[in-house]
Amino acid sequence: MRLTIQDLTQTFGTTRVLDKLSLETGSVHALVLVGPSGGGKSTLLRILAGLDTPTSGTVTFDDTVLQPDEASLRLYRRSVGTVFQSYNLFPHLSARENLILPLVHVHGLSREEALSRVEEPLKRFHLYEHASKRPAELSGGQNQRIAILRAIIVKPKRLFLDEPTSALDPEMTAEVLDMIESLKESGTDFVLVTHAMNFARRVADEIAFIGDGKALAHGPANMLFESPENPRVATFFEQVLR
Amino acid sequence: MNMSRSFAHIIVATVVTILLIVACFQVPGDWNWSGVWEYRQKFISGWFMTLGLSLAALVLSVAIGLIVALCLAARNPLVEATGRIYVELIRGTPLLVQLLLGFYVVANAVGLENRFVVGTLVLAAFSGAYMAEIFRGGLNAIPKTQRDSARAIGLTRWQSFRLVVLPQAVRLVLPAIAGQLVSLIKDSSLLSVIAISELTLNAQEVNSFTYSTLESYVPLAIGYLLLTLPLSATARWLEASFRYER
Ligand SMILES: Nc1ncnc2c1ncn2[C@@H]1O[C@H](COP(=O)(O)OP(=O)(O)OP(=O)(O)O)[C@@H](O)[C@H]1O
Ligand SMILES: [Mg+2]
Repeated sequence: MRLTIQDLTQTFGTTRVLDKLSLETGSVHALVLVGPSGGGKSTLLRILAGLDTPTSGTVTFDDTVLQPDEASLRLYRRSVGTVFQSYNLFPHLSARENLILPLVHVHGLSREEALSRVEEPLKRFHLYEHASKRPAELSGGQNQRIAILRAIIVKPKRLFLDEPTSALDPEMTAEVLDMIESLKESGTDFVLVTHAMNFARRVADEIAFIGDGKALAHGPANMLFESPENPRVATFFEQVLR
Repeated sequence: MNMSRSFAHIIVATVVTILLIVACFQVPGDWNWSGVWEYRQKFISGWFMTLGLSLAALVLSVAIGLIVALCLAARNPLVEATGRIYVELIRGTPLLVQLLLGFYVVANAVGLENRFVVGTLVLAAFSGAYMAEIFRGGLNAIPKTQRDSARAIGLTRWQSFRLVVLPQAVRLVLPAIAGQLVSLIKDSSLLSVIAISELTLNAQEVNSFTYSTLESYVPLAIGYLLLTLPLSATARWLEASFRYER
């Protein structure tokens, strides 16, 4: 994917959360957004995922500009996948029912088609024996892996992940990060917000540093980590990588 | 823990019933169960009338409650205010007054003569206001993240409501709804004032035919308990079986 953001501004009341943010990536498979808390990462990701409309500015993915009207945005949301930090799954449905819901109700598959579509991925990600459980009966890591599976099972153009592991303990974090890494290998493009810096460095084609509502720095992972030009970015990395 | 509570419920009910019956037999005087026994058909038909009216009013009041709850949650201030006024008017006046007004004034004005229909409508309108508040609480209790998730997978607003929010809210409010149904069944006794031959009115009639007050009203109480106790027990069971989901 190739992402171009021009003068993106988002204001809530009087607070300007994104402030004329501009960013132009090369052709990448994995774009990782990092930066200080409150810097605007989630706000940006929600716009990219078609969940919110910006106050002004444009977002272009591969020559397609995101339209701000709800009808276009819903069509767009059907073509991409989004995973939040937690509470992605619907607690009244089993894992399997969570997976087939978008297939049946959004993508028009019959129940039988949907059920057979989810079998193989459930096995591949070692979730098969948990498929009949409800979210409350699954671990946090299993919850997130089902949520990621639900997002990719509809074969989305790309995935948006907002800190998918920050509510998990280290062991579960590893199993979810492994899954994300295997997505990259299988050719799924994604934009990921994370505080897991080592993982970001390993998986990212490009990293953008979001702070004060702007993209303060951006480039290939190693360049950004090793020789950040912006002093604010340098301080951040010094602190988090210490 | 919940099981033991519903057991307690059943035991309490049995004890109360037995005590009531024993107490009746110990009051000195002439007992006239035979008079009441002759009119047993009255109790049975009244019981079924109460059951039927309550069920009809329940179905209707759930629908009213849901619609009013959606009004209360509406973004349009006019719609919200309408819902709010409805709830406050209903909850601020006694059911008896609503029945009298509904039957002698409103129904009269619109030419609605069937007292069963009027009674059911007034009862449903009354109960609907309480249902609305219950539903509103349930809908508000579903976190925003659920709506976000629903939107993210591409559901429409209506699908998100129907497939994600409503099923969760209903599970959440089911015990309260069952409680409201218990109230509704008890409140239906007021329909006797507009001469609907439900359980209470029939018991009053039996009393006036036989002059045996206790013998008429003890079966009345038992008749209501037969309806309400299984309901509260079911509510508890439902509550317990949905618990693990949260
Ligand atoms: N809907 C909203 N209304 C008002 N303010 C908001 C809203 N959403 C976000 N903000 C504010 O915008 C700022 C940026 O929030 P955002 O969640 O995008 O940051 P973030 O970079 O994702 O932070 P974190 O790393 O903690 O998740 C914060 O100050 C937040 O309080
Ligand atoms: Mg965030």
